[in-house]
Order: sequence, then structure tokens, then C-alpha cells
Amino acid sequence: MSAEVGQFALILALLLALVQSVAPLVGAQRGDGVLMALGRQAALLQGMFVALAFGCLAYAYLTCDFSVALVAQHSHTTQPVAYRFAATWGSHEGSMLLWVLILALYGGGVAFFGGTLRETLQARVLGIQGVLGVAFLGFLIFTSNPFLRISPSPIEGTELNPLLQDPGLVLHPPLLYLGYVGFSVSFCFAVAALIEGRVDAAWARWVRPWVLAAWIPLTAGITLGSAWAYYELGWGGWWFWDPVENASLMPWLLGTALLHSALVLERRGALVSWTILLAILTFSLSLVGTFLVRSGILTSVHAFAVDPQRGVFILGILAVTTGASLALYAWRAPSIRAGALFQPLSREGGVTLNNLFLAVLTATVFLGTFSPVFIEMINGDKISVGPPYYALTFAPLAIPLLFLVVFGPMLNWKRDELRKTAARLKVPAIIAGVVLAAALPFGGLKGVMTAGALALSAWLLAGSATILGRRWWAGRAYLSRSIRTTPRALVGLTVAHAGLGLLTLGITGTTSWDSDKVLNMRPGQSVEFAGRTLTMTNYEMVQGPNYEARQARFTVKGPTGTYSLRSEKRWHPSAQSQTTEAGIHVTPLGNLYVSVGEESAQGVVVRLWDHPLIVWIWIGGFAMSIGGAISLSDRRLRVGAALKLPTPAPQPIPAE
Amino acid sequence: MKRLLPIVAALALLAGPAAAVNPDEQLADPKLEARALKLSQELRCVVCQNQSIDDSDAELARDLRLILRERIAAGDTDEQAMDHIVSRYGSFVQLRPPLRWDTVLLWFGPVLVLVLGGVGAAVYVRGRSSTAAAVGALNADEEAELARMLDGDKVG
Repeated sequence: MSAEVGQFALILALLLALVQSVAPLVGAQRGDGVLMALGRQAALLQGMFVALAFGCLAYAYLTCDFSVALVAQHSHTTQPVAYRFAATWGSHEGSMLLWVLILALYGGGVAFFGGTLRETLQARVLGIQGVLGVAFLGFLIFTSNPFLRISPSPIEGTELNPLLQDPGLVLHPPLLYLGYVGFSVSFCFAVAALIEGRVDAAWARWVRPWVLAAWIPLTAGITLGSAWAYYELGWGGWWFWDPVENASLMPWLLGTALLHSALVLERRGALVSWTILLAILTFSLSLVGTFLVRSGILTSVHAFAVDPQRGVFILGILAVTTGASLALYAWRAPSIRAGALFQPLSREGGVTLNNLFLAVLTATVFLGTFSPVFIEMINGDKISVGPPYYALTFAPLAIPLLFLVVFGPMLNWKRDELRKTAARLKVPAIIAGVVLAAALPFGGLKGVMTAGALALSAWLLAGSATILGRRWWAGRAYLSRSIRTTPRALVGLTVAHAGLGLLTLGITGTTSWDSDKVLNMRPGQSVEFAGRTLTMTNYEMVQGPNYEARQARFTVKGPTGTYSLRSEKRWHPSAQSQTTEAGIHVTPLGNLYVSVGEESAQGVVVRLWDHPLIVWIWIGGFAMSIGGAISLSDRRLRVGAALKLPTPAPQPIPAE
Repeated sequence: MKRLLPIVAALALLAGPAAAVNPDEQLADPKLEARALKLSQELRCVVCQNQSIDDSDAELARDLRLILRERIAAGDTDEQAMDHIVSRYGSFVQLRPPLRWDTVLLWFGPVLVLVLGGVGAAVYVRGRSSTAAAVGALNADEEAELARMLDGDKVG
């Protein structure tokens, strides 16, 4: 029954989206308040119906209703409850439903909280959101229906891919989608501004929190994905330059640029049309991120069911969304005011440089991801673009940006003096210099690069601390008060930039000092590795809830004491697949990573990795996300949303 | 930290080659094995998605690792060994794409975008600041006020 209810709710949502995509746009053009109000109600109702449909699918999963084809393909009665629930978005159809759900919820959010917006602006934003809703609900219903029944229904389902049965699945996709889809709001605002031909203060105040609200989960989602890949895939990498990773990195890079340019627009009214362009491109790249893997154009570990019909539909949506909005931009942007004035050396100038580098980095990832496709189209030759390419292109462009990050917050708005800026950065410069001098004597060319990277991390960390330090030093006479009155946006900025420093430290540690060893071991044997003594104590078969595993136990004596580790090779009979469960000992100074491989005549193959400082990569990533959240909680950012107007209770409206 | 660094660095050097390579595949000569390892990190496992043959457990990756080590043991230079594998499997196996006429944009695109973007940004900033000098007498608040008034004009 739940599948039919879900199906019906989706169809109603599509009809409501149709209303939402027409009524408010026409209403705004004619100044018709009734039509605009209709748009708001449609957005709220659409949110409710999509939520109902999502609930129905989740219910079918939780109750193991194998007469629903999707559930039968991705669930199993022995699958733990949490993963039965998370399996709701573990398939192509289910994840599309989640995507549409988040889109509809954001649309409902604009309708609900947007009372302080100019009515025509809100109506236009909702109208564009409605158009997106129609496109994606249509895609869902016509090419990826999650509610199809099968008859006769099987007694048992096919298990969800065991790689996905992980706490990572519960959080990673929803976080990423919150990010991708979150950028749809700034996209809709951008298109609405182009339709209106003007950008006012309310526009700028609204866009920045929405960008931040998308950026925070996207950052957390990417970080989580990286950590998940690290512990789940069993060979200890944290970033693979896989097309899907790139697809999430591109909107992140450009979204970061948008976050900064929106700040300039909000505070100073400069970079107006550039911000609009960024909003359009960031969402377009988010669409690329979610959908291109599904089109079968790119192959990747993440590829879901690939189907040419879906591919054509997706490419159509992408082409229309991006093409139409860019055409609108080319037509209307020149009529938007040019914005405020500033000197080259100023906060605005700093953000311009930040945007330049972030845009170039995005372009680099784009070229690396799509060149193989284009080259194959041109001459049929297949090439691969792997980590060595990015090491030669992305890294040299990212390093100057990391160096410049510290300058931005030190610059005054509008104009500044080089001498004064340099003076403000004396302390971080001294700290970075000391780190460089201390690290330089060790090692050859690689040592020089490592020392430079360490100094860069120190520069970022000390430079971020300086933001708060200078403020508190100036107000040291009333220290507790000046700490209390520090705007949260400033704290968030410090935490986020310091997170970047920690990330740099982690990357430096693991790229410079990684070591590994592979050998055959039998129970009782010991091996010396990276300053530790590792002994295999036990090797046996164990039975899990839905798998059987060859499990090896180790005792490790290291500089930090003695501990035990467990590593498994699991076999999931119902999914007919094998996973590696690595044994990982995490410390701030470095991780020991142990995975067991195939059995051989001399025992079992054991792979050992030492990953110095690697954990700071993820701590840094989450710190950036937390910094964003602190910034979002700043009262000043809530200006646009603070006033909650009483919203009329949604009335049912005919869906025709 | 300062005292730890040389220890960590020394350990990194001592640890020697290895990764997904099974112990029985490794070459006896550590110098040759180190070369093989370095090359294998630049070769793609063709049946996997974006994994180097060094990272992959797949049967085909193992075959490629063995072919590579055979060539190196037979006295091939790095380039010869690489060419041998590319001639058999195509440039698809190279994780570092070769520089050819059709990959020029891939390799130099980032720099091109940086230069073009840099020029664009410079022109924009100059445009913003040369006028700024002329009206520099206004402070930030006055400018915002002015902008608001001008904006209001356009609408009204």
C-alpha cells in the first residue's frame, strides 16, 4: 500500500511543482498578489507531498516490503535496521528521491521564512525553484520510478552493496545533497535577480546565509566521504581524484569562491554580477556532480545503474538549466549596476584574488575530469587522467592560494597600505619562519618541499589565530568583555581558516612520510614496522550478521604503548562480494593501518601502512565546516530571516 | 616535533618499497623493485575505476605488475618498460596523460585560465579603483548611501 501512496504523492508533487513554476512568475510580472500567494502554498504543499513519498519508501525498506522492486534489489532481512533505512538513498532511484526531497524542503523553506523578502523577489525565486522541481520530479517519475512493484514478489531481497553498509552511508549522501541542492537557492536568487534586472541589499543579505547553509554540509559531506573511503576501501588512500570526487570538489571550490564574493556583495555592494555568475555556475556544477555519473559518460566507483535514457534526460536538464541561465546572464547582467569602488589592495581586492585562484582550480579539475570524454569524442582515443596530473597542475595552483588566505582577513575594506598589512602579519610570519628554519636541515629536495609545506601550515594556523588575537589584544584591558562581544562570524572565519591549516598539515604529513610494508604472516609471527612491533596473535573465521570473515588479530607495541588491532576480509554471500575491514589505530601523530589480503602458501598477506598526521586532514575539513556553522549562527546574518511572520496555514488547493 | 622529524624521515626511507604488491611478486633487487613500484603507481588498472595497478587487488593489475617487473628485470629503462605496456594496452593505462596535440589544452589549460582570469581581474580591479581615486573623498558609508540613492533612482 505504501508504494502506491508514495507514487500518488509524487505525482501530486509534480502537479504542484507545475503550479509553482507558473503562478508566482506570472504573478510577479503582473503584480498579482493572489498568484504569488498561490506559489507559496504550492511550494509548501510540494514539500509535504515529497516528504510523504520519501516516508513511504523508507517505510517499505524498514518493513522489508520486497514486492517493491527497489527494496528487493537493495535490502535483505539480515541487513541491520540502520542500513535498511539508509538503503532508502543507497540506490539511484532512492537517492534521486532524497535529492528531490531536499529541493522541495528548501523551496518550502524559502516560502516559509521568506516573509521579509520583497514579494515579487520571493515569488520569482519560488517560480524558478518550481521549474527545477518539475524537471527533477519528472526525471524521477518517468525514468527512475522508485515505487515500481514486482510480481511475484521475492521471499528475500538482494543485499545492498556491502561497501555501502557503513555509518558513512547514513550521513554522506544526505550531507552532499544538502550541499548540492542548497546551491539551488542561490541559483534561484541569481536568476530572479537577472529577471528583475536589479540586485538590492535584501538580495545580498539573503544569498549569503543560503550559500553558507549549502557550503557547511557540502564541506562536511566531502570530508566524511574522504574518511569513509580511507577506512572502507582498504588501501588507505584519502583522495583518489575519482570523477565523482572531482564532481563534488568542483561545486565546493566554486561555492567557496561564491561564499567570499557574496560577503563582499553583502558588506560593500561590489562584485555584483560576478557573484550572480558564480551562483549560476556553482549550481550547474552541482548538477554535474549529482548527475553526470548517472549518465554513463563518466565511469567511476560511484556509478549507479547506468541507463542511456536517463543520460539523455539528465543532459537535457543540464543543458537547459545552464544554457538558459547563462543566456539570461549575458542578456541582463550588463544592466545590473556595477557596484561599489575599491582600491586594489583592500579586502575586496583580496577576495577578487581568492576568487581568481578558486576559479582556476575549478577549471583545472574540470579539464582533468572531462578531457578524457572530449578527447574520445574527437579522435576515439581513450586517455586517463590520474593523480600524477593533479600533482603537477592542481597542487602548484593551490599552494599560492593557501599562502594568500592569511592576508585576506587582515586587509581593510576599500583601501589599505602594504606596510600596515605586513605589520599586522609579523607574528605569523615569524612563526612560519621558525618552522621553516627548524625543518629545512632534514632531507634533500623532498625535505625542502616538506619544510615549506610545514611552514605553510604554521602560517595558516598562526595567521588565523591572529584574526582573533589582534582583536583581543587590542581590547585586553577588558578581555572577558572583548571576547564576549566578538562577532561569531569572526570566530567562524578563524576556525574555518585554521581548519585549512590543519588540512595542509595532514596532507603534508601523509604525503611526505608515508611508509608501507607487505608480507606473509602466520599467527605468532612478529614484524618491525615504523617504530612498532606488530605480532599476529590469532587468525580465524568469524560469522557476522550477514557475512563471514577471515579475521586476523594483532598486538602492537609502539612508542605510545601496547594495543590490539583487528582486521577482516569479509565475504557477503547474498551480495556475492568481498570487503576489507582494515584495522586502524588512530593517534594525532599518525595512524597504523593494517589490512589482510589473500591467503598464500606462507600464511596470509598482510599490508601495513604508517600514515603520519593523516587524521588532521579530516579534523581540518570538519573544522572548516564547523567554522561555517559558527558564522551562520551570527546574529547579523539572520537579519533577513529574523522576522517570522505568521504564515497562513496551508490550504489544500486543487492540483489542476 | 623537531626531534621527531629525523626519526620519522629515517623510518620513511627504511621502510622501502611495497603496497598492494604481493610478496611473491616483488623483485629481489630493491633498486629495481623501487623503480617498478614508482612506475606502477603511474599505471592504471584497466578493469578498475581510477585505481593504479599498485593499489588494486584485481587479477589484471597483478598481470600488469608482473609484466612491468619482467621488463625491468630484463634491463629495460623506465621509458622502455612504460612504452612496452602502453603499446599493448593503449594510453588509457597511463595515469599521467601524455603531452600530445590533443592534450595540450588539458596540460596548459589551467595556466591559460589563470592568465586570462588574471588579466580580467586586473582590468576589473583597475576599473574599480581608478574611479575610486577620483571620488576618493567619499567614505564607505557615503558611498553605500550614494549607491542606494542611485539604485533607487533607477527603479523609481
